[in-house]
Amino acid sequence: MKILVAVKRVIDYNVQVRVKDDGTGVVTDNVKMSTNPPDDNAIEEAVKIKESGKAKEVVAITIGDDKAQETVRKALAVGADRGIHVKVDGIVEPLAVSKILKKIVEKENPDLVFMGKQAIDDDCNQTGQMLAAILDWPQATFASKIEVKEKSLEVTREIDEGLETIEVNIPAIVTCDLRLNEPRYASLPNIMKAKKKPLEQLNASDLGVDTKARIEQIKVEEPPKRKAGIKVASVSELVQKLKNEAKVI
Amino acid sequence: MSILLIAEHNNTDLRPFTFNAATAASKINEDLHVLVLGNKSDSVAKAASEIPLVKKVIHVDNEIFDNFTAENYTSTILKHVDNYSHIVCSANTFGKNLMPRVAALLDTSQVSDIVNVISEDTFLRPIYAGNAFATVKSTDKKKCVTIRPTSFDPAPSTGGSAEIVKSDPGDKFESSKFVKREEIKSDRPELGTARVVISGGRGMQNSDNFKLISDIADKLNAAIGASRAAVDAGYITNDHQVGQTGKVVVPDLYIAVGISGAIQHLAGMKESKVIVAINKDGEAPIFSVADYGLEADLFEALPQFLEELNKLNSIQK
Repeated sequence: MKILVAVKRVIDYNVQVRVKDDGTGVVTDNVKMSTNPPDDNAIEEAVKIKESGKAKEVVAITIGDDKAQETVRKALAVGADRGIHVKVDGIVEPLAVSKILKKIVEKENPDLVFMGKQAIDDDCNQTGQMLAAILDWPQATFASKIEVKEKSLEVTREIDEGLETIEVNIPAIVTCDLRLNEPRYASLPNIMKAKKKPLEQLNASDLGVDTKARIEQIKVEEPPKRKAGIKVASVSELVQKLKNEAKVI
Repeated sequence: MSILLIAEHNNTDLRPFTFNAATAASKINEDLHVLVLGNKSDSVAKAASEIPLVKKVIHVDNEIFDNFTAENYTSTILKHVDNYSHIVCSANTFGKNLMPRVAALLDTSQVSDIVNVISEDTFLRPIYAGNAFATVKSTDKKKCVTIRPTSFDPAPSTGGSAEIVKSDPGDKFESSKFVKREEIKSDRPELGTARVVISGGRGMQNSDNFKLISDIADKLNAAIGASRAAVDAGYITNDHQVGQTGKVVVPDLYIAVGISGAIQHLAGMKESKVIVAINKDGEAPIFSVADYGLEADLFEALPQFLEELNKLNSIQK
């Protein structure tokens, strides 16, 4: 079995994001970037399945500018066997990402495609479902547990009401929740070894995918600021304020 | 052209967020139609027809919709979209799972999680965990939009009498099978729509200590929330998680207990009308969004809080 895992480079989850003064986006210069957190879970799960003997190869793919390669190198350092970087500059919407991934799926013929359930930059939560749609594959979204069976996966999904379990036939798409597993850290020797693992480079334009934006970003602005609150000295003062000032209890 | 709202329901009742989504949908286009896909779901179609904003209900009743899989929903939705400019539903786990599958097959770039309607093609949506708001314009002919339900008031549920039209399902998807759903039943209000929410974080230390929170929740008729740290640690189940990758809540009162206030948690609660933070670390970021901050050990503060509430003559429900 072969597992393709899609990873995205995003602003690190610990960074306090700032909006650019001209309203064209957020500040990314000199800002720490990392792999999108649930994509780390996707890689970890694929590597675990390989370690259990149920998969033979894990291929990591990223789509983005030159620096996006860092995310593939990191995936290689934690156990992916080889990498693919599809180069494209600027914002690529999930629909275009899914079309690029479809081309790669047709070339690589993986049995499973894993990725994070949402990217923490655009918060779209679309790519996995879109890829499943255009491949006509089943989708198991928001996965917090995956059991690999002979020709299917049993996946526990986190939904608003609690948990849902579904069984999807292979080939399938899985989008991963942060609770799926605990991603490992890359050791220094493995980081060095990852530099020697193969990383294929392609251009989105060579794949024949139109990546032109369908959604115009008109402006990006700061969210409304909350006005500063107060500190109360005691629980009784708190309850009194909630009752008589805020009038919420 | 009209707008088509995909109803979320449990085959008996409409889920509450369908009413919020109806409000948003009718702001985009007043000719609002609702598509109900269910199994033995006549009561749902009837409920949808009684929403005064709704002009028409299309009802497809078939056993393939018993468990609401995105695959079976999608083929039927695609059969019904011809006369619509917009397909919309709520941006909760139901809509997040479903809408991109529909959008991709319509070759539409979906607009996720809108919090405001600016015009029929332009919407406001949060990005970067709500640290920025983007105004975006969809240039696709048919638009697929998911709606952050807590940003819109629920539509009135009675007084309407829209026509209900029966229709047929699309193809059944064979490669996916529902196994089971473990819903956590609770007598408390739903987290997404509760007037008061009290949430616990890592500071709660274990699941038993959540009793301190549930005692207060009982008193205030509140829903119980949690930070991701508390859920990851197993103190409480995932359906309680508030934040960027959990639920977004906008209650009148949000009480954060033992929650430091990571960006990802704030994304799920900072639009609440009144925020209270109880934390022993006076530097915790949660205090920067709190209207009322109490720097205290929660194990002393929560029992006192309950005691003070018990002293009150009346408490709003």
